[in-house]
Amino acid sequence: MSWADGISLLCILAALFFFLAGTVGLLRMPDVFTRLHALTKADNLGLGLIVLATAVQLQSWTELVKLALIWMLVMVSGATVAHLIARMALSESSDEKA
Amino acid sequence: MIHLVDVTLVVTLLACAWLSLTGRDLLRSVVLFIAFGLLVSLGWARLRAPDVALAEAAVGSGLTGALLLSAFSAMERARLTTDEVGLTRARWLALGLTLGLGVSLGVVLLSLPSDHPRLSLHIQERISQSGVLNSVTAVLLNFRSYDTLLEMVVLLASLVGIWAVAPFARVWPKAPSTPILAALARLLLPLMTVVAGYLLWLGADAPGGAFQAGAVLGGMGVLWVAASLWHPPWALRMVRPLLVLGLLAFLAVAGVTMGIGKSMLEYPASQAKTLILWIETAATVSIGVTLTLLFLGGYPAPPEQS
Amino acid sequence: MSGSSSLYALAGIALFCMGLFALIAYPHSLRKILAANVAGTGVFMIFVALGYQGPERPIDPVPHALVITGIVVAVCATGLALTLAVGLGATHIAPDEEE
Repeated sequence: MSWADGISLLCILAALFFFLAGTVGLLRMPDVFTRLHALTKADNLGLGLIVLATAVQLQSWTELVKLALIWMLVMVSGATVAHLIARMALSESSDEKA
Repeated sequence: MIHLVDVTLVVTLLACAWLSLTGRDLLRSVVLFIAFGLLVSLGWARLRAPDVALAEAAVGSGLTGALLLSAFSAMERARLTTDEVGLTRARWLALGLTLGLGVSLGVVLLSLPSDHPRLSLHIQERISQSGVLNSVTAVLLNFRSYDTLLEMVVLLASLVGIWAVAPFARVWPKAPSTPILAALARLLLPLMTVVAGYLLWLGADAPGGAFQAGAVLGGMGVLWVAASLWHPPWALRMVRPLLVLGLLAFLAVAGVTMGIGKSMLEYPASQAKTLILWIETAATVSIGVTLTLLFLGGYPAPPEQS
Repeated sequence: MSGSSSLYALAGIALFCMGLFALIAYPHSLRKILAANVAGTGVFMIFVALGYQGPERPIDPVPHALVITGIVVAVCATGLALTLAVGLGATHIAPDEEE
């Protein structure tokens, strides 16, 4: 096992921890907002670590660019979807109060 | 040799499908179905079918999911979203019969000859004449290109069918509710156009091709409709010719190959790659536009005010 | 057949049967469309699994091409079916609305 494999392994283990934390948060938190908070933050970090774990195994720079692009796109779309869900939940809860 | 990851994946996707099909809450069913599609696309990757995995993730899970969600919200407005899921006697009978069918199909399947090379050897022999190196693209656009020609007809026919039964769109761009979604759509438009072009070009010798690229364009179109950035009355005149572009390109090539004395869609080996690329480019545009208009769920006219 | 090929082919059969059962048993049109999609995915999975014969042997690309075609046809059929289902729902509830 080379240094790169070791780094990959550590990153993947750390990523799994964050994914697990995010999933536990999704299942255990009481309302939409706290669930989103747990899920989006932990999953972004988990995905970042997976990308890092894959990046140290790569042979060429173009693949690294692709990986970085995927990571960035998932973060941007994840943030947007979190915003949309939170907005919808907020308008529904204010409807109930009114 | 069966890996643990395959067993976990299969069990998870079967559970997802079952919960999606038998749950009382239809919104939950739709969301589980989308998750199921993503798991299936992982399954394709495990079966070394990356082309299928790309198509499944973009079309089978993504676009189908968008269609189902928009239909769900239309039905929700009409208060038609509860379903009776209890197991009556007739349902137990149906369950028993399908279970029997499944067991007998499984027995037949396991008795199939195991080491049959099927068509892979024939394709390896002929791939050098096909003009491309990706064997899936070679099958789709060369060896069985008339299937793909007919598929372009199916795409068009389904859209015409939708326009015939629904004179008004189900989904229509309205005043944007939040600038964030529009910002995302604007950011993604150039990026996804490049991705579609890349997938199209890559399809010649790696996983990718017209369907995957068209699906990316279609997804982009759906996002633009959802973000209310697309204004159909202006765009419709322009997109009508694009709908038939792929079919026309295919038919032109078919006509020319027959005109020079070959059989239909039998490309001359030296021109094969050029012809495939032109057909694929036209098909990508048509598939993208058709999938976007499919999402409107009716003729592109504003819905009736009720 | 290799182990994981059989595993996925059997899973395909299970998906097909689940879809068929739900298609027969449940009345809601949206559920029937979901069921047809699950059953179709099951058929695709049997196809692709039969073309796969272990990690070292060459794959058979013909089922892959057929399944890609099938996925795109399935989304077209789903789009048309959903439009019909929504239209059917609208005519179905019309008498109640008039009351």
